Amino acid sequence: MSSPVQDLSVLHQRREQRLMLALALPALLVILLLVVLPVGWLAWQSVYHNGFTLENYRRIWSEDIYWRSFALTFEISLLVTLLALLLGYPIAYAASVAPKRWGIIILALVVLPFWTSVLVRAYAWLALLQRTGVINQLLLQLGVIDEPLALVHNTFGTVVATLHILLPFMVLPLYATMQQIPRDLMQAGASLGAGPMLTFWRIFLPLSLPGVLAGCTLVFVLTLGFYITPELLGGGRTIMISMLVSRNVELYDQWGAASAVGVVLLVAVGAIFFAVSRFIPLDRVLGQK
Amino acid sequence: MARIGARPSTQRGRSLDQGGESVDIKAASKSYGAVRALDDVTLNVAPREFVSLLGPSGSGKTTLLGILGGFVQPSSGSIHFGGRDVTFLPPHKRDIGVVFQNYALFPHMTVGENVAFPLRARRIAKADWAARVRAALAMVGLSGYEARGIAQLSGGQRQRVALARAMIFEPRLILMDEPLSALDKQLREAMQIELRELHKRIGATIIYVTHDQREALTMSDRVAILKDGRLVQIDRPERLHDYPADSFVASFIGEASLLPVRRVDASSVALGSAVLKSARAIPNGEALMLAVHSEKLLIADGVADAALNRLTGKVTDIVYQGESLRVFLQLADGTCLSLRQPSHYQASRLLPPVGGELTVTLHPEDTIVVPKAQEKA
Ligand SMILES: Nc1ncnc2c1ncn2[C@@H]1O[C@H](COP(=O)(O)OP(=O)(O)O)[C@@H](O)[C@H]1O
Ligand SMILES: [Mg+2]
Repeated sequence: MSSPVQDLSVLHQRREQRLMLALALPALLVILLLVVLPVGWLAWQSVYHNGFTLENYRRIWSEDIYWRSFALTFEISLLVTLLALLLGYPIAYAASVAPKRWGIIILALVVLPFWTSVLVRAYAWLALLQRTGVINQLLLQLGVIDEPLALVHNTFGTVVATLHILLPFMVLPLYATMQQIPRDLMQAGASLGAGPMLTFWRIFLPLSLPGVLAGCTLVFVLTLGFYITPELLGGGRTIMISMLVSRNVELYDQWGAASAVGVVLLVAVGAIFFAVSRFIPLDRVLGQK
Repeated sequence: MARIGARPSTQRGRSLDQGGESVDIKAASKSYGAVRALDDVTLNVAPREFVSLLGPSGSGKTTLLGILGGFVQPSSGSIHFGGRDVTFLPPHKRDIGVVFQNYALFPHMTVGENVAFPLRARRIAKADWAARVRAALAMVGLSGYEARGIAQLSGGQRQRVALARAMIFEPRLILMDEPLSALDKQLREAMQIELRELHKRIGATIIYVTHDQREALTMSDRVAILKDGRLVQIDRPERLHDYPADSFVASFIGEASLLPVRRVDASSVALGSAVLKSARAIPNGEALMLAVHSEKLLIADGVADAALNRLTGKVTDIVYQGESLRVFLQLADGTCLSLRQPSHYQASRLLPPVGGELTVTLHPEDTIVVPKAQEKA
């Protein structure tokens, strides 16, 4: 049945596949070296200390501080993601529908903070938000408040600063997706009788969902593991998971305990994304061709 | 695939014939910075008329269609539908069907949802959707395709869905921007005939953009020729072909050789040393061109008819093109022209081999002299 021509094309295809594999090999090696090995080592450490033990996990299970910290971390991550979406969507929308030059200016403004380090930005927020900070001083002088507001060293400060730092991770994927939406779909919607609201809800918004999903995933996951900002602006009261990990290592030299926290976080995130993918028809959101 | 026009009209559940809207474009211009995309175009389209906008790429066709659709604001001038001034009416209030060049189907909706979109936009009761969608899809020969995704359709099918979507709300005016340009030749020609038949049945006014002169001639009641944003000529297809306004139209419509000629008197011109008689009025002016359509040159059969113009030259090439032969001829003074012969034995018997001498005749009625079109500075 198979002709020589077919054989050749199959052969060619196989060779191409092998070539692709070879090209991907360096990247695969890097991932293996930098991701799989350390994570594997962590996982191993969390259950092995002078013999196999589940002590680290038992402690996470039983001790209150871990529970509260996990709950707080997920709460903050969700809040930051939601706020980033609410703030980022209009920005990305404006950048994508504005004339080219304005779009670039808007994007530049969003990305500009990337040029300073996270540490600097965290201290900048501290300067703005603390009891003697710019905002409190201003409000006091204007007579709006009688006492300085507690804007920092709490969850509020953490959320504000984290939101600021992670906003580009929401805006950029959103913008990239919105940019791909053909303009004449909106024109078609209008020509078929749909006003601006209906065109947005029925056409633009659904087509921008892949970007929403990408942006939310990025911001959510990044917030889960955020460290410097909550450390500086949480004031020791808002203890996120990353801080527990760091404390375990630095204060108590408990690599096993720190590893166990990391593993639980990893599993929890995996479980969340699995659950989400069951409820959201991902292939419908992502596979619109 | 079912033909759009194949169903006899008695079988249709309801008549989609809504009649057509008259369209008046009054002195419309559009500038993009220094570029004058549309330059003082005035055009009146009668109800139920099929008018094509024909012109090379960049001549302002899409801009004019955009102004009609409300997507582009004219810099000056006004647009009227059925006598109403709609110049500042937003697109969604214009009630016109638009078929876009790349269909602009909504990729996240099924065929049925796409076609029902205008019903949703018009707040028509959901209970009525199914029947109307079914009727619209039947109209374009896509019965039963409601649940298909857009990605699963061929180019021709997408084209039909776009049509059904633009027709379901029974607009009295439909705009189409090169709707067939993405289809292969066979399908394109079949769709041209279908669109013609569809137009007769629904009776809407259609304004159709194309850069394909054959398509324009095939489908339209009248064709408007655009060049550099200006309306050069609007006329019935046969008039455009035989009475072009200038050398640009003559070169764009049909297959013509354009040769510079001098005016001799009101009924003759000089082509090199030869004087040709014309039964038409020769325009005044210095720069004149003779438009010789390749099908209007006949091989002289030896019978000398003094009334005919005769041209003698050397055959430089004979190109076989299936149903016809294209013969390239070089006159004594070096000017080149071509004629077309049906590729049957009788005709090819009269042809000398390449290099041989050939005399052809051109009837004075077919001797078309036009002013030379101005080149854009
Ligand atoms: N949005 C725009 N901005 C600037 N120039 C434009 C724009 N749209 C069209 N033009 C210019 O206007 C002229 C006519 O364009 P268009 O109407 O698209 O022509 P066509 O559809 O006949 O190819 C072209 O020179 C084009 O470059
Ligand atoms: Mg165009």
